Amino acid sequence: MKATVTVMLKDGVLDPQGEAVRSALGTLGFAGVEGVRQGKVIELDLAATDRAAAEAEVRRMCEELLANTVIESYRVELS
Amino acid sequence: MHAAVITFPGSNCDRDLHEAFRKAGFRVSAVWHKDTALPEPVDVVGLPGGFSYGDYLRCGAIAAHSPVVRAVKDFAGRGGHVLGICNGFQVLTEAGLLPGALMRNAGLRFVCRPAEPLIVENGETAFTRGWGAGARIALPIAHHDGNYQADTATLDRLEGEGRVALRYETDAANGSARRIAGVLSQNGRVLGMMPHPERAVDAATGSEQGAAVFAGLAGAFAAA
Repeated sequence: MKATVTVMLKDGVLDPQGEAVRSALGTLGFAGVEGVRQGKVIELDLAATDRAAAEAEVRRMCEELLANTVIESYRVELS
Repeated sequence: MHAAVITFPGSNCDRDLHEAFRKAGFRVSAVWHKDTALPEPVDVVGLPGGFSYGDYLRCGAIAAHSPVVRAVKDFAGRGGHVLGICNGFQVLTEAGLLPGALMRNAGLRFVCRPAEPLIVENGETAFTRGWGAGARIALPIAHHDGNYQADTATLDRLEGEGRVALRYETDAANGSARRIAGVLSQNGRVLGMMPHPERAVDAATGSEQGAAVFAGLAGAFAAA
């Protein structure tokens, strides 16, 4: 099973890198980009076959390591 | 008096920290990140600056789960003194020993300054007694991720409990919430700070203003 974890800064946490990307897009002539948030995607190959157990396990991984929940939120997708 | 200085792969201020403790009169043990225990008995543990594990994932995140940091958490839990400088501060927040997080500098640039002006907010700890509350000092800073952030309730609590140890005099450094440069644990025995006192302990390298941290710790343990 494959898990895709998306880690983003929480709403309300200033994202200076996203802001720099937004500004660069404007410089390139892409008008109308009102906001950019930059995050990261982590793909995991799992031996697990039980979907619910796998999701619970990946959520634990997010809480303990993959995301810093002080400033980041995460989303888990299994396929 | 015995200090332990941890070295992670990518630490680069461990020798400086070793020397700063030694100059203050400590016997110093070098401890490797894979060690599962600290040398006993030890009075203070130092987590040095650098780029542990190449800053992979997030600064300090991998180091925070290394075997030796488990032992450091136990040591702190028993009331031990822990000093985390720069990357060491990032490790302490990632390990949950200090609240908040250190994000990319607001200006996105690595800031490297030989003498950043600071205000000592809490002069009652072993780390800061040598300066005293209200002292204006200047220490080197050199970091890319020193932008301290926490939610408003946490910041209010830190201020109310006297746990903001150091503040930048100006906003210019990195965008930290409330210009916070150093944070204490609830018992005042764990200090994380972005400025580098260990780089300011010898006039030959420009300043001795950082020596107060190590002298203060030495005073605390010599008296004990």
